[in-house]
Amino acid sequence: MSTQAETSTSVEPVIRCDSVYMIFGDNAHSMLKQANGVVDHAKFHEAGCIVGVNNASFEVHKGELLIIMGLSGSGKSTLMRCIARLNEATAGKIYIDGEDILSMNDKQLIELRRSKMGMVFQSFALLPHKTVLENIAFPLQVKGVSTEDSMQRAKEMVDLVSLTGRENYFPRQLSGGQQQRVGIARSLAIEPDIWFLDEPFSALDPLIRKEMQDEFLRLQDVLGKTILFVTHDFDEALRLADRIAIMKDGIIEQLDTPSNIVLNPATEYVRKFTEEVPREKVLKIEAVMDPYDPNEDFSDLKVQKDAIIETVAEDVLNTDKAVAVVDAAGEIVGALHASHIVHVLFGGHADDAAEKAS
Amino acid sequence: MIEALRQKKHLQFVLLLVIFVLLCLIITPSEGNWFWRLPPLIQKLPGIITSSVDYIMFDWWLIDVWDPDIEDYEEKPMMNQFTRSASGLILFMIEFVREIFLGGVKTIVTFSGWDWATENEWARWPALPWTVVAGGAAILGYALQGPRLALFVGFTFVYIAVFGQWEPSMETLSFVLIAAPMAVLLGLVLGVWAFKSKTVEMVLNPILNVMQIMPHFSYLVPVVVFFGIGDHAGAIATVIFATPPMVRLTLLGLKKLSPEVAEAGLMSGCNNRQLLFKVLIPTARRDILIGVNQVIMSCLAMVVIASLIGAKGLGNNLLIALNQLRIGLALELGVCIVLIAIMLDRLSLAWADKQVDYFADLSFVERHKFSLMFGVVFVVGVILALIGSLVFKEDFNYLYLIPHNKGLTTQDFWQAGVDWIWDTFFYALKGFNEWLIVQVLVPVKTAYLAMPVFATFVLTMGIGYIVGGVRVGLAVGGFLLFIALTEWWDRALITAYLMTLSVLISTAIGIAAGTICSQHPVSTRIMLTICDTFQTFPSFIYLIPVMMLFGVTDTSVLIAIVVYATVPATRYTIQGMLSVPPQLQEAGSMSGVSRVQRYLSIELPMAFPHIALGINQTVVFALSMVIIGALIGTDDLGQLILKSLSDKDGVGNGLVLGLCVAFIGLAIDQVLRTWANQRKKALGLA
Ligand SMILES: Nc1ncnc2c1ncn2[C@@H]1O[C@H](COP(=O)(O)OP(=O)(O)OP(=O)(O)O)[C@@H](O)[C@H]1O
Ligand SMILES: [Mg+2]
Repeated sequence: MSTQAETSTSVEPVIRCDSVYMIFGDNAHSMLKQANGVVDHAKFHEAGCIVGVNNASFEVHKGELLIIMGLSGSGKSTLMRCIARLNEATAGKIYIDGEDILSMNDKQLIELRRSKMGMVFQSFALLPHKTVLENIAFPLQVKGVSTEDSMQRAKEMVDLVSLTGRENYFPRQLSGGQQQRVGIARSLAIEPDIWFLDEPFSALDPLIRKEMQDEFLRLQDVLGKTILFVTHDFDEALRLADRIAIMKDGIIEQLDTPSNIVLNPATEYVRKFTEEVPREKVLKIEAVMDPYDPNEDFSDLKVQKDAIIETVAEDVLNTDKAVAVVDAAGEIVGALHASHIVHVLFGGHADDAAEKAS
Repeated sequence: MIEALRQKKHLQFVLLLVIFVLLCLIITPSEGNWFWRLPPLIQKLPGIITSSVDYIMFDWWLIDVWDPDIEDYEEKPMMNQFTRSASGLILFMIEFVREIFLGGVKTIVTFSGWDWATENEWARWPALPWTVVAGGAAILGYALQGPRLALFVGFTFVYIAVFGQWEPSMETLSFVLIAAPMAVLLGLVLGVWAFKSKTVEMVLNPILNVMQIMPHFSYLVPVVVFFGIGDHAGAIATVIFATPPMVRLTLLGLKKLSPEVAEAGLMSGCNNRQLLFKVLIPTARRDILIGVNQVIMSCLAMVVIASLIGAKGLGNNLLIALNQLRIGLALELGVCIVLIAIMLDRLSLAWADKQVDYFADLSFVERHKFSLMFGVVFVVGVILALIGSLVFKEDFNYLYLIPHNKGLTTQDFWQAGVDWIWDTFFYALKGFNEWLIVQVLVPVKTAYLAMPVFATFVLTMGIGYIVGGVRVGLAVGGFLLFIALTEWWDRALITAYLMTLSVLISTAIGIAAGTICSQHPVSTRIMLTICDTFQTFPSFIYLIPVMMLFGVTDTSVLIAIVVYATVPATRYTIQGMLSVPPQLQEAGSMSGVSRVQRYLSIELPMAFPHIALGINQTVVFALSMVIIGALIGTDDLGQLILKSLSDKDGVGNGLVLGLCVAFIGLAIDQVLRTWANQRKKALGLA
């Protein structure tokens, strides 16, 4: 997933935000003008304004999965909703495929949503009076696709999210996980380029959540959408993310790859936030490998350089020889020593590993 | 002492009562004494209202209108022209539906003129044979839900036809089929508008509050002034009466939606219209449907009252039957109304729950099976009617249209039953009746009338203050002050006496019955079903059986009110009891309290907020029934409202009297609602 993102930096990003502010309150605009872009929470609060998003600038590229994290009330949903223009950003510019969406009129906006955007909601937000099939076909029908075609397409989506056989169920007859599958299928029915997911799995219990994450990864493998994904759950973020944005009080504190966020926290807040994160779940083999020395005695085991440590650690620790690290093409690019893994993971000398990762 | 008072509410109540009694004793009843009765300072208000209405109707905003008779433009008031066109339109729609059922010439006349229609004998709509209507309706029931509904719908129509009530029933049905959709549409529009705009909601809210408690009668007079008399006027009065709950429930349903549903709609690419019609309204449809249901019930509840201003049909006949004391006939008519009510109720619910199967691969016949079935029914029905015209050459064609009162009848049976009851229980009934009137009703009424106005205010405002503080106390005072300043305070006291007495009895019965029934799931279900069924009966239906027993007396009214108003008390009690968490009951049992203790100390307090709302509903029900009691002769506000119908200054009188009734209700509503909310908060339920 990440390779695509890295190679396409030169082309127009799918989503680009330039100093986006979202302030709630009647006098938000005048307050923001006075403040000259420097937003102070306490002062705004006194004036009856609530800061949702505070000066957010970033880009998301085609096929990239950006996860937005932060505590409750940090503005994750608000940021996402600004990009979908469910909230009108108070200031700043938001571009989708180079088009300024804040200057779009209603008609253009509807057209944009009908052709490019899909969103999955935490509470599923299915239409209770429609069956699974009708729910999924809904975005197509409002677009004016004929009943026959939209039902056909909806049927395909039902198969895609493994709900075959339940087409004519009503949402109330489905479990939470199944309802969210419908939500996912609905958001994908129009084949959007950009996929918004706001805590899609938070309302599900852990077992189902794991299952849904697997499902999600499978779908993403097939579809390769550009994704904005909000979550509270660091494990989830690590499993899915290409890059992670960490928000606090409306400000994006850091936006980077998972390993960089863990290894090089940009602020004290991010460090605290990531403190408890188990390293082996974040770091790739790259970060702990030593230079390749052809004279060394290697075991038969070979590992990919961008594999997450956790996934191969057991095998590596079980061999007493060094393990060869290969890149995507199969070329050997380094050597892996069990002692080094143990050192990085349990010895606490993250700096050492960090140098190599960067 | 003071401190103890502040802590203990019941001490405050006792003190208030003492003061009240003292005031009653001290204040002398005399004409000039303001403590005894306030002067009727707003006596002129009805007159002012009447003349402003007259002005709007006949002098305001003159416009030029082409008059074809004198072939020239003429100046006419705008309002008059407007209401006249509206009346014409509604009347046409009603006639149109009516002539589908019953045949006729009026819609043809609308397009061609009387002369042409009289000259051409053939230019009449033939009626649909009743067999076709009944069969068609049954097919509709089948299509919407299944065989059971089909059976019920079919039975309803056959019953109506066989008992010779076809014509009035179809007249009523055509009236409801126009009035109900109008009310639903209007309510939906207003509800959505209030949802979109805070200002509209704020303006609408108090108006709806008053309208919902205003007695049905008070709408009639203004409607007559603006729209005249006839089916259309009845329909308009019905629409006015039936719309408020629809607005309420639409707004409630829309507000309850989670914002994510609306956002999901937006992200699916809906435009505003699609969002409203495909997402918001359907998602809120549970509540909206309850609204539709209420509209249908209100329409049927109005059929009798609308007949006072010229609506034809069952209501009219029922009113006449009641006036002539033909109880048997009234009973049959009542059954027809109830059957139609239940039928429409079920059909509308089934329609809302209907779903489509997209992937069923259906043949032409299957896809159009209901149309085909109707076609068959139509042809068979028409053939039967033709055969009928040969068989019943001399007589009425029973297979086409069973004429009014020419069907079977059980009147004599019921009449005999009534006579038998009278003969057998005459002394018992009479004894009870007299005892009740002499020992209970008259003394209570006298006591009410003997209250000095000042004492009444102290008592009611005091209760308001103790329950909800200064705000509620003042609100109660404000409502009552309006009534006290009209010339009808004594009448209002009579209304209040009937209302309070019956509310007390209803509440007692309701709480007892509800508590007992909620002890077991089966009895709970049975009781709720009974409540459901009773609530489908239009209110005046209750008058029929009590009049059978007690004739035209206050006893009849009182019992009818009690029966009618017990329904909400019972229902809310059951709901309250069911809402008590089972852990709490178990906790009670564990700590060794007895059954009765548990009831008094745990269940009743926990259920209280629900019960208080039930009492609130009981008050509303009782008030509306007290006013309907005017139809069989009471001497309270209702009687005056009924009189204002035939009065030249009726508009102002009717409206102000209606407001008086509404304000009694609102005053009580204020206190009970505040109380219920406080209890809820105290129990951590809100
Ligand atoms: N419509 C609104 N009006 C006023 N304030 C709002 C509105 N929507 C959000 N906010 C405020 O903006 C801030 C950010 O809210 P947001 O919903 O984006 O948080 P979040 O990070 O998504 O939290 P959670 O994890 O609980 O979903 C909060 O302080 C919230 O109170
Ligand atoms: Mg959120």
